[in-house]
Amino acid sequence: MNALLLRDMRLAMRAGGGFGLSLAFFLIVVVLVPFGVGPEMGLLSKIAPGILWVGALLACLLSLDRIFALDFEDGTLDLLATAPLPIEAVVSVKSLAHWITTGLPLVLVAPLLGVLLGLQSDAFYWIVLSLLLGTPGLSVIGTFGAALTVGLKRGGLLLSLLVLPLYVPTLIFGAELARRGIAGMDVGTPMSLLLGITFACIALLPFASAAVLKINLR
Amino acid sequence: MTLTVSNLSVLRASRHLLSGVGFEVSAGQALILRGPNGLGKTTLLRTIAGLQPIYQGHVDMPEDAAVYAAHLDGIKSTLTVRENLEFWASVFGTDSIGAAIATFDMEHLIDRPGGMLSAGQKRRLGLARLMVTGRPIWLLDEPTVSLDTVAVGQFGDMIAGHLDRGGMAVIATHIDLGLGARAETLDLSQFKAAPEQKYNPNEAFL
Repeated sequence: MNALLLRDMRLAMRAGGGFGLSLAFFLIVVVLVPFGVGPEMGLLSKIAPGILWVGALLACLLSLDRIFALDFEDGTLDLLATAPLPIEAVVSVKSLAHWITTGLPLVLVAPLLGVLLGLQSDAFYWIVLSLLLGTPGLSVIGTFGAALTVGLKRGGLLLSLLVLPLYVPTLIFGAELARRGIAGMDVGTPMSLLLGITFACIALLPFASAAVLKINLR
Repeated sequence: MTLTVSNLSVLRASRHLLSGVGFEVSAGQALILRGPNGLGKTTLLRTIAGLQPIYQGHVDMPEDAAVYAAHLDGIKSTLTVRENLEFWASVFGTDSIGAAIATFDMEHLIDRPGGMLSAGQKRRLGLARLMVTGRPIWLLDEPTVSLDTVAVGQFGDMIAGHLDRGGMAVIATHIDLGLGARAETLDLSQFKAAPEQKYNPNEAFL
């Protein structure tokens, strides 16, 4: 399992691996917003948590189709399915690798981009915390979507259509957690719901992903 | 250790291809599968490997004994030959890739990225992977495609060595690998399923 994790991370870092693509996309989305809504700092800092969350979600979506598509095209997926690793473990490791190469960097650069949106420094804590708790769920849900669409030619758009609605709960409670935290309100409810969604996804979805992957490999 | 296939029927996309396939391979033996294109050789091998569900019949072999190799070699173009092989070695829990490299004479290619290899070199790397898995039953689908005559000879030697160590192989191929008496040939045409038999997929989720 370690070998698979290391290999996936190494592939993501090498040329053409797509690492940095999501980050650059996130940066551009966030930079574009002030052009769209105007440079009024009061308004921008008010909508900043929502923008950062939507931006992170879209950036995460960009790299989802790489999770299985490349391994499917070159036959690696068939070989992994006959390897001693259970497919559930393969799926979980690939989610983890996706989070480390996409979700985690997004979490880490979010405060920097928050500066562009006029966020106060005490708000950074809540942005980072909410993204840190929410993005693992995004990677796991995305892996499920990628497993559903593996083997389809140009399944990228279908993947987005399938996955984006499933991201809605995470987005609602993640952005709400950040907003309430920044406003100094009680964060118990959105935090427990966000954690609940993330942990439920991590616990249950790998089995669903493995099942659809087995069907798609036939 | 034996691989026993009895009364096996295989399906491809709910089309019935072969029925009543039966054979037995024991340690140190190879089985060569023959038959015209589209008969179901690939599907049969995938079914034995566990990638396709069994429609009818049985495949009996020890757990986690088989390794499958087909047209696609699973080579990552941005990883070097060494990294590709070491990845599979650690997935299968073995450690040495030296013997596999030496068998196919790839020492000079070891630090070259997978994407820079020719089709034949990729094939050699894909076949070398079999050796690092350490598994006794090899299921090979057209293994000699794009190999030159020297490499075909090396491949024949590799199979012979594998059989000498008590391994087994089921190979779909149309060329002679020079295995002599240790290889039996099975013509799959005799098991061709009647064309009108249609399978209705009612268990869509497993």
